[in-house]
Amino acid sequence: MATPVISTGQSSKVFVPLEIHDLTVAYSKRPVLYGIDLEVPQGSMVGVVGPNGAGKSTLIRAIMDLLPVASGWIQVFGKPFKKSVTRVGYVPQRESVDWDFPVNALDVVLMGRYGRLGPLRRPSKIDKEIAMACLEKVKMHPYATRQISNLSGGQQQRVFLARALAQESDLYLMDEPFAGVDAATEAAIIEILRDLQNQGKTLIVVHHDLTTAPDYFDRILLLNMRVVAFGLTKDVFTFENLQTAYGGRLSILSEVALSRAQKKLEGDTHENISE
Amino acid sequence: MRIFQNRKARNLLAICGFLILCSLSQAAKIGELTDTNWQEQAIEFWTMQQPSVRMAVVGTTLIGLCCGILGSFLVVRKLSLLGDTLSHAVLPGVAAGFLWNASKDPWAIFIGATAAGILGVALVGWIRSTTHLKEDSAMGMVLAGFYGLGITMTTMIQNMAMGNKSGLDKFFFGQASAFNEGDIQLLAIISIITIAILLFFYKEFLTISFDAGFAKGSGMPAKVLHYALMALLAFAVVVSLQAVGVVLVSALLITPAAAAFLLTDRMHWMLILAATFGMLSGVLGAFISYLSNDLPTGPFIVLGATFIFLLAIYLGPRHGILPKALRRRKQRKRIALENTLKAIFHLCERSDFERRVFELNELSRERNISLRQTEREVANLAKAGMASRQSKDSPLEMSAQGRFKLTSSGWLRACEIVRNHRLWELYLTNAAHYRVDHVHDDAEEIEHLLGEHIVKRIEERLQNPITDPHGRLIPSREQVTV
Repeated sequence: MATPVISTGQSSKVFVPLEIHDLTVAYSKRPVLYGIDLEVPQGSMVGVVGPNGAGKSTLIRAIMDLLPVASGWIQVFGKPFKKSVTRVGYVPQRESVDWDFPVNALDVVLMGRYGRLGPLRRPSKIDKEIAMACLEKVKMHPYATRQISNLSGGQQQRVFLARALAQESDLYLMDEPFAGVDAATEAAIIEILRDLQNQGKTLIVVHHDLTTAPDYFDRILLLNMRVVAFGLTKDVFTFENLQTAYGGRLSILSEVALSRAQKKLEGDTHENISE
Repeated sequence: MRIFQNRKARNLLAICGFLILCSLSQAAKIGELTDTNWQEQAIEFWTMQQPSVRMAVVGTTLIGLCCGILGSFLVVRKLSLLGDTLSHAVLPGVAAGFLWNASKDPWAIFIGATAAGILGVALVGWIRSTTHLKEDSAMGMVLAGFYGLGITMTTMIQNMAMGNKSGLDKFFFGQASAFNEGDIQLLAIISIITIAILLFFYKEFLTISFDAGFAKGSGMPAKVLHYALMALLAFAVVVSLQAVGVVLVSALLITPAAAAFLLTDRMHWMLILAATFGMLSGVLGAFISYLSNDLPTGPFIVLGATFIFLLAIYLGPRHGILPKALRRRKQRKRIALENTLKAIFHLCERSDFERRVFELNELSRERNISLRQTEREVANLAKAGMASRQSKDSPLEMSAQGRFKLTSSGWLRACEIVRNHRLWELYLTNAAHYRVDHVHDDAEEIEHLLGEHIVKRIEERLQNPITDPHGRLIPSREQVTV
């Protein structure tokens, strides 16, 4: 497998896993993302946080070239997405597919291998073994031959994660992998994500829960149509930033959640947080 | 596909099926009344000595094959209406192809119809992307608009003073006997292309149908594949027109695929089944329409497919109505049997385990069922080797005083059920903190479902208890040997 090009000084050009320059994406003339600039360093685990309609999923879909870009550009490992396809793994939202589709869990995970195979080649025995191993990593191997509608929401989410693992990529884009997942599954998933990060992979994860975000991610991208803040969690996850990102919509509930999360962070930041 | 799980919808379908069967028998009668002898026709059909019969069979089989395979992709992608749109959209193309050289040249009609079909599909895509109308509205409009245009054109042709215009009306309802060698060649070519493309790009079509975003993200050319599928569909629809007709070709795309969807959980099996069902209904339709000269082929092919679909709904091993009902009946019977065993245990327990032989009327009171039912239950127990009758009377004359006792296997099972019940009650009160008066009803259901493995775990969790929350003894495994 190719390793990301990371040079520490000798080479003049360093390709980061993801670089976005002045990106604007619009749905029927209404801009959803506006002037996004982003440079995600290799090996980081980025939580994309922001209110509903902030364009979190749109950002992921724009990186994947699934949406037309109004202006600006996106580079994945220094190339347009199309040329880095095999280095990007993807976990879409669970609701984006029809779970009555006649495939079993292993079939779905095997789809993760197809991108590498390219056209006209059938998955080999090795591909099937890799797919099975990925199912095992998410502890879904006992359900390999289950039709996917017979799986619970959390199990379906884990199948999607296993499919992304089977892609053996260097950059992972995940759209709410924790949605509709119970606490035990969430813990299991985060462990797998940390494992990926320890292998030097880069992860960009859309996340909804402000209370867990600072625990899970070492970097946070606060998004609300534009980049409100991006950087190390301890620098970005501040009350002022969150207030800006969520605006008037920061309800009491999320405020409470926030202050609780902040208290956990206090040890690192020594910042004085208003209650 | 949720509709198939809906009882009302299923009943409606059953009624439809009945009506179809009635109309089938009616149709056969029409054949009898006319001067053609349908028995002779049937023999003539199956011996296949006539080239026209052979061509009709080969033709309808290939049509069923193509439509079944391609239709499967429509069904799983929830694009069923697109088949309808396509089939209606080709009609102006058929008319234009006919006008081209004023004859039924298959190639001219093929090219005209395919162009019109693809134009229709492209129009649907264009309406959807430029307006905020949804796909279903776009499809409905294109369908009706093209069909209207097609009817206008064919009516004009019919009224024109031209030589050979016979055969154009066949495009509405289809006539398999109208196949000629050129048609068959065209069909064979289309079938081979369809199967080859789907075989070579199966994993791409599979991925794109399941999760288009992911497929694109893996570098698959989603648009190209989509339009390739649409082109293949247009081909299939156009070559099917002659046999099935414009109106019903969409049914041939959807129905065999829908039947296959009910029977399997894997895409490749769905494709194989749908192709088989399509071919079967093709041959069936050709056969029935051959019985009399004035029976159209299309409706019978579609009725054949519908019949297969109904069979799939009723007899499908996993989701079928009949197997499900049978399974439920079997389970009800088992539960009744187990409840009887439990009642006998209770009788025995009340006598401090002194009595072993009981009378039917006691059991009837304990079980709260009629004497007749009690008799039947005991007969069932005896049949399963769990009880033996003690009275000399023949089973039919067993009276209220008829006596019986449990065999050792019956006793074993009775203890097991009571143990399940009491263990579960204890588990709910001790481990799940239910109130004692809340646990009985739940245990009544669970006792029939607990497996050996779970029971052992509950025993471990409760540290092999002796009494249930009501203070009654839990029959242990050792105690069973009476």
